[in-house]
Amino acid sequence: MHYFDYAAPTSLGEAVKLLAGARGDARILAGGTDLIVNMRVGRRKPGLVVDGKHIPELNELSLKTGGLTIGAAVSCRRIWEHAEIAKRFPALIDSASLIGSVHIQGRATVGGNLCNAAPSGDTIPVLIALGAVAKIMGPKGTREVAAEDICVAPGKTSLADDELLVSVFIPAPAANSGAFYLRFIPRNEMDIAIAGTGVSVVLDAGKKNFVSARISLASVGPTPIFAREAGALLAGKPVGEDSIQLAADAAQAVAKPITDMRGTVEQRKHLVKVLTTRALRAAVERAKGA
Amino acid sequence: MAKKTHVETTLNGDAREFLVEPRQSLLETLRDVLQLTGTKEGCNDGNCGACSVLMDGVLVNSCCVLGVEAQGRTVETIEGMGTTDNLHPLQQAFIEETGMQCGICTPGFLIASKALLQKTPNPTEDEVRLWLAGNLCRCTGYDKLVRAVLKASKAMEAA
Repeated sequence: MHYFDYAAPTSLGEAVKLLAGARGDARILAGGTDLIVNMRVGRRKPGLVVDGKHIPELNELSLKTGGLTIGAAVSCRRIWEHAEIAKRFPALIDSASLIGSVHIQGRATVGGNLCNAAPSGDTIPVLIALGAVAKIMGPKGTREVAAEDICVAPGKTSLADDELLVSVFIPAPAANSGAFYLRFIPRNEMDIAIAGTGVSVVLDAGKKNFVSARISLASVGPTPIFAREAGALLAGKPVGEDSIQLAADAAQAVAKPITDMRGTVEQRKHLVKVLTTRALRAAVERAKGA
Repeated sequence: MAKKTHVETTLNGDAREFLVEPRQSLLETLRDVLQLTGTKEGCNDGNCGACSVLMDGVLVNSCCVLGVEAQGRTVETIEGMGTTDNLHPLQQAFIEETGMQCGICTPGFLIASKALLQKTPNPTEDEVRLWLAGNLCRCTGYDKLVRAVLKASKAMEAA
């Protein structure tokens, strides 16, 4: 691995100062499951690694009436071990409990998954579907950005060099709502999504019609895709197979996958429809049980 | 060149101090700096689990941790698990069920299994298989390992 300096700031202000001083030559270390591996193979060569795990705000994991705040350095394991979070945000657990292995989940973070900006990042479609908002800190203070506006290219985010992700906030689920994440991998565990779909639906009080829905796709474009129109199609439609097929077709239409060693364009397009259909059915079941 | 950093940690229950470069992983730190070679290097990119250790009680791949991150934390490796005269029940069960061949993966499997039994003393076979999915063995196949973990779980419960 290349030589680099390491800093473990204990406050946000200190971290921002370090980032500003590094002039683009720094990376934030959260779980390290991507950064350390990328540095080892020379894909990233920051001169300074800023460990975010000693900053209190980045370790926050708090469930309040309004919603859930996940600090950028909170591990997936801390999330799935939290019984109340698991109960109220099952779609988040769908993704946080299938990333890599238990070993990886002990370190990997939702914040790091988002900032690593891989098209296949499993928690990102869930964050988008659940309407998560990222809190970002820079020299001029904090700003809030919708989860779907964070990833701009493979490995690239909309954060400036001197900004860091503090936390993501997921609003409390609406009444009669449900969400689900589903991915396709050739093995049962330890693989990267060939395609993935995160959905959330809100049903009316009688659970007969969709009020709204959000659909997001993984591994079928250069970034995770927010299939905004596909979800919007469901608003006002009756809960049933016809509506679900309509949305699944629309999601399939916006998928722009490539062929690589893991899957072909045709396979991925096919999978988007299958996964969206199944995820919507499952989200409806959760909404009905809610 | 980045200067070496002084790190104080609790390693297998003992206070330890050492110097590392920030670029040295915890795996390299254990093996090359502290001469604890029980922790094995396999893939070195978080896939195979051969380098599994417990950090503050949490199962992690030490190849994906920097040595400097051990500052102020507890680390448990295979060296802290049992002795030749007094094997851990998991080690005993691995021998009895022939859960090893070349042995490179074994320390990682043992650490991961220990972490599982700490959290879930009575796991189902499915739980064992899921938990150990992050440990790869290309020699033995998994049945013997799974049987060993289930056997150790019963032995530890009876003890």
